[in-house]
Amino acid sequence: MDTAKVLDVLNAIGAKIEEQKEYLTELDNVIGDGDHGINMARGFQMVETKLPTLADKDIGTILKTVGMTLVSTVGGSSGPLYGTAFMKAGMTMAGKTEMSLEDFIQCLDVAIEGVKMRGKAVQGEKTMLDAMIPALDAMKAALTPDAAPKTILEIGVGAAWEGVEYTKTIIATKGRASYVGERSIGHQDPGATSFSYILETISNCL
Amino acid sequence: MVGIVIVSHSEKLAEGVVDVTKIMADGCPIAAAGGMEDGSFGTSYEKIMMAIESVHGPEGVLVLMDMGSAVMTTEMVLEDLGYDDVFMVDCPIAEGAIAATLASCAGADLAGVKQEALSSKTADKL
Repeated sequence: MDTAKVLDVLNAIGAKIEEQKEYLTELDNVIGDGDHGINMARGFQMVETKLPTLADKDIGTILKTVGMTLVSTVGGSSGPLYGTAFMKAGMTMAGKTEMSLEDFIQCLDVAIEGVKMRGKAVQGEKTMLDAMIPALDAMKAALTPDAAPKTILEIGVGAAWEGVEYTKTIIATKGRASYVGERSIGHQDPGATSFSYILETISNCL
Repeated sequence: MVGIVIVSHSEKLAEGVVDVTKIMADGCPIAAAGGMEDGSFGTSYEKIMMAIESVHGPEGVLVLMDMGSAVMTTEMVLEDLGYDDVFMVDCPIAEGAIAATLASCAGADLAGVKQEALSSKTADKL
């Protein structure tokens, strides 16, 4: 994947988030503060306006700029969380103008570490990590030297959505949803859902 | 004096906390960073950074936050600013702000003001 493709994918992610804005907000209304869709859409709208200025930059700079834009425009927890994730991925891709499947997996790996650090969270607390970690594990397990990126990504997307289903079964112990406590059972996590849409969009672009 | 910053999801809440400190500690450098630029709920990286800069003097700054993104966004602002005399305090924002501004006005240093703010965390009300 070259820089032009990365920019295309980021545009597609923005479009997907915009399309799912109401749904993500609806999910967040039940167990959170009801701003996830609106906030993510506002962040990615600003990202979209910046993408044309990044056409001649390396992938590291592009991802870092996406992260910084999300931090300064989202306004809810997904800002610092997705912002940190993109910024960490950007550091991994510093100076590179091509992204391989291995690079992508490395990006997801450091993004997860960034989210854990920023949110002081671990798996099983009903957060985006419950989609991110299974997706990463499944992709790593399926990885072979001649694997087609789309096949591996599709496996990751399947695991991410299974992770979203899993979040319905557990109590939220992190974030605003933790105030809702037991009543959060039966509802899926908005952050895990938005991550799954993002990964699905990347996969569909391949 | 040690500067104080109040970070909240709500513009009104942050400004209200600042107002309430003025009753006993008028004169302490204190700034509100509540809500988004357009006044909607949320935490703004830009507002937090400007609030810290506006009260940052030789004696440093303490930041009191409500929850979630207020904490995480403040953390990112502090990492980016790179000051060694600006810290977050894990305490209730209203009670902590009153304790902190009083200590700051009384001439306490950064560690002393932080200690006073933290004492509000365990103070019994009932």
